[in-house]
Amino acid sequence: MLVNKIKRTLTAAAAMTALLGATNAAADYALNLTTGVTPISREAHTLHMLILEVCIGIGVVVFGAMFISIVRHRKSRGVQPAQFHESTAVEILWTVVPFLILVGMAIPATKALVAMEDTSDADISIKVTGYQWRWGYDYVDSGISFISSLATPKDQIYNKAEKGEHYLLEVDKPVVVPVNKKVRLLITANDVIHAWWVPQLGMKKDAIPGYINEMWFKIDKEGTYRGQCAELCGKDHGFMPIVVVAKNEADYAQWVAEQKGTASAEKQAAQRTWSKDELVARGETVYNTSCAACHQANGEGVSGAFPALKGSAIATGPVADHLALVMHGKPGTAMAAFANQLSDVELAAVVTFERNAWGNNVGDLVQPSDVKAAR
Amino acid sequence: MTTATTHDTHHEEHRRGLMRWITTTNHKDIGTLYLLLSLLMFMVGGAMAMVIRAELFEPGLQFVEPQFFNSMTTMHALIMIFGAVMPAFVGLANWLIPMMIGAPDMALPRLNNWSFWILPFAFTILLSTLFMDGGAPAGGWTMYPPLVMQTGNAFPFLIFAVHLMGISSIMGAINVIVTIVNMRAPGMTMMKMPLFVWTWLITAYLLIATMPVLAGAVTMLLTDRFFDTSFFNAAGGGDPVMYQHIFWFFGHPEVYILILPAFGIVSQIIPTFSRKPLFGYSSMVYATASIAFLSFIVWAHHMFTVGMPLTGELFFMYATMLIAVPTGVKVFNWVSTMWRGAMTFETPMLFALGFVVMFTIGGFSGLMLAMAPVDFQYHDTYFVVAHFHYVLVTGAVFAIMGATYFWLPKWTGHMYNEKLGKLHFWLSTISVNVLFFPQHFLGLAGMPRRIPDYSVQFAGFNEISSIGGFAFGLTQLLFVYIVFKTIAGGEKATDQVWEGAYGLEWTLSSPPPYHSFSIAPDVK
Amino acid sequence: MSRNLQEAKRRTLRHTLLIVGLMSLFVFALVPLYGVLCDVTGLNGKPRNAPQRTVDISPDTSRTVTVEFLASVNESMPWDFRPSVARMTVHPGQVRQTSFVARNRSAHAMVGQAIPSVSPGLAALHFKKTECFCFTEQKFISGEEREMPLVFMVDKDLPEHISTVTLAYTFFDKQKVVD
Repeated sequence: MLVNKIKRTLTAAAAMTALLGATNAAADYALNLTTGVTPISREAHTLHMLILEVCIGIGVVVFGAMFISIVRHRKSRGVQPAQFHESTAVEILWTVVPFLILVGMAIPATKALVAMEDTSDADISIKVTGYQWRWGYDYVDSGISFISSLATPKDQIYNKAEKGEHYLLEVDKPVVVPVNKKVRLLITANDVIHAWWVPQLGMKKDAIPGYINEMWFKIDKEGTYRGQCAELCGKDHGFMPIVVVAKNEADYAQWVAEQKGTASAEKQAAQRTWSKDELVARGETVYNTSCAACHQANGEGVSGAFPALKGSAIATGPVADHLALVMHGKPGTAMAAFANQLSDVELAAVVTFERNAWGNNVGDLVQPSDVKAAR
Repeated sequence: MTTATTHDTHHEEHRRGLMRWITTTNHKDIGTLYLLLSLLMFMVGGAMAMVIRAELFEPGLQFVEPQFFNSMTTMHALIMIFGAVMPAFVGLANWLIPMMIGAPDMALPRLNNWSFWILPFAFTILLSTLFMDGGAPAGGWTMYPPLVMQTGNAFPFLIFAVHLMGISSIMGAINVIVTIVNMRAPGMTMMKMPLFVWTWLITAYLLIATMPVLAGAVTMLLTDRFFDTSFFNAAGGGDPVMYQHIFWFFGHPEVYILILPAFGIVSQIIPTFSRKPLFGYSSMVYATASIAFLSFIVWAHHMFTVGMPLTGELFFMYATMLIAVPTGVKVFNWVSTMWRGAMTFETPMLFALGFVVMFTIGGFSGLMLAMAPVDFQYHDTYFVVAHFHYVLVTGAVFAIMGATYFWLPKWTGHMYNEKLGKLHFWLSTISVNVLFFPQHFLGLAGMPRRIPDYSVQFAGFNEISSIGGFAFGLTQLLFVYIVFKTIAGGEKATDQVWEGAYGLEWTLSSPPPYHSFSIAPDVK
Repeated sequence: MSRNLQEAKRRTLRHTLLIVGLMSLFVFALVPLYGVLCDVTGLNGKPRNAPQRTVDISPDTSRTVTVEFLASVNESMPWDFRPSVARMTVHPGQVRQTSFVARNRSAHAMVGQAIPSVSPGLAALHFKKTECFCFTEQKFISGEEREMPLVFMVDKDLPEHISTVTLAYTFFDKQKVVD
């Protein structure tokens, strides 16, 4: 048994050491912690390797002694058992030596921790809000604000379609940040506790309703980095990914300008009158990202937990009540208020969609201007 | 013994059938009941684990919906911790402590009966939540608010079940303390007690100190939900993080409640099969006591990511790393006990050796998790899942199985089938490593825990892990078969049972008389 | 069983029950204790939610601190809520005024309670408010918009290494809490 065990430990250790600094997050059998793309993630990786090596070292000594004992000191070899049962010197030794090893590890760990907690002098602050089950981002300075939801289609999750490369790790709107700038996240939550984590950025922090937490990162390589919510937050905890796109300064500036443009385009779109087909088409997209998790893509809900919209009194009743429910939610239930999460156009579209899908052929529609008036 | 007590127990010996078990105040009967309940719960919790591993076998949702998956992880943890491991230890304490210290029975036999019979009700209530509107609790066994407040009708039942388990544990622990303090045979001084008794004494103190804390915490959840209090509600001036502090103030000592008796068991088995006295008996006792003490000041290492000030993080990191010292002492002592012994490798010894190796692997990952700056990466990933399953399955559960093989011949008077026992050990050891070792890699690669579906990059190791899981689950049916076969019959066991066995329990007949030591033995 | 043994057992039973009783009280005592601990150490970043006297008001002009303001609503309550300015530069010891704007978008009157949170947590101890809308519940009739003042001071004991302090308010729907 021990032979196997030691072999296994050593193989794993060898594999891990070989992978030092060369991990690939997309590999199917990734073994080790990522080195990541920030000073902090590299620091964490170095410490991780250090303590892993110390553990393997101690393991070799302890399991080695045990192995020798098992091989040599067995009754079948006709040995007579010794009767010693204490030795103060030895016992002091193996209390003191591990203690010193621990002190040796605590010193770099303390240094790393101090660096991680230093959120001062950031270049950009982004407020991150955890919702059940999506992330909201507000750029404190530029005023850019959006909700980022899972973009993986339900068909892939329910095995009706081939799974994509970034299955469950893709969102409709990623967070965009510039490289080589200190980005500070101010993390909070809207309902329950979530945790914001992108492994390659080297840090995770809880998002707690009513509280603000801070963390920072400084990415030194352009690219797309993916992570997930790391604190159990209910039904769709596994379906609220995080995607961070790091761009160079020029691209980032362009993105900021685009976002401001989109915001004004959205404003203009909200002022014109939309056709029913346009609303239904847009509404379906909104429905799939914001509503289908509970009410299901077919509008039939989940019996006992989430009511059906197909043929429901709300979705076929007075339009004002329907809109009000979507905007303000239903207290004491899982039905959230979407007024803050969706724009006028999106709200108008999704309500129109719900009233005209799955045989709910009510025929009426809601214009963005109606939503604005209802706000 | 007073005539009154003799009279009482005398009556019971004449009870037959179901009533014997319901009214029994005999430490062996109650021990048996605890162990059988534990085995049943191990199977129920194991079935839930099979559901979890089946869903995680490949990416995508195949068998269960996410909400039910969360119920499974939550219930699996509650059932395994409070239903399988803790009752198994209490069962072993009931059977063994009186025999080991030379007492006729436990000190408080009626209390003993109640503390057991509360449990079937507690678990019936807990399991009944599976059929309630809104489903079984799905907020994790840690029951963090505000999420736990979203539990449906099951919420008050969950709290009530936890209260019942707490009351049962407290009563069981009180009984252990009163027995050990007062019922030792003449000459059985504290520092002569077998280590199993010592570790249980310390565990019992941990239980009575922390179970009221858990009960208080869940009571606050209950009043927050139904009576408008705001202990954990930020709107009313409360703090959801305070729940985590209180919970882990209970929760970390609880971790040691789940492992200290296992240390005791292994400290009985290894000397027996090494035919050599335990190395460093007194340092073992002191190490256990220091682990118990340290367990009260490290709780916040479960919460490094909640946003504590730097000084807090440093304190909890240092204190946690310190636990490695007494734990290391224990492992070194076990290895030294084997050193220059004359070892044989019967099933209990195999389980004890498996324990030492795999528990140490769990200890190593624990040390890694203690390092706060890296814990920000490990926290709430499968690395943590791998860590606590190494200490709880290959730690606590392996020790319990080892104890079963070690003392079953004494309890039943029959030898178990050694070939099957060894087969059970090897199948378990191989499958459990296939099950949990890849989870280290999954966690390091970035897979969060408690998710019903995962990105395709994690598919390979999840598949391996699930295969290991099914194999481990199936193997445990062999364990059930071996145990019941041994109870039914088998080769007659001697009183000594094992060549190197040392201690009072081995001086009794196999099976031992209904009252262990009616006349106190003399301990030299 | 001798009388002595009975007596001894009872004694042990009493001491174990005493521990159980004390720990049961202790867990509830933890609630105020935790509050005190947070006030002393800034463990959870909660500034005191009551008016505080600002004794020494001579500002330390050699040092500047950036104060950032954030506003959120909990459980998507139908209120708009934002700070009038996103950030201010202040000197420690200087009393400053700013404001937050809230609007009740819903069709009925609502009562909200703003909960402050300061990051980094250590700064919470040094963030003093003399006037704040968070001291009391705020009632807004349907459609009402109000600018609510905040008078605050960052005291001079703020640790040297802290150069940015974030003050976040979250409005909670009071009725929902009572329901």
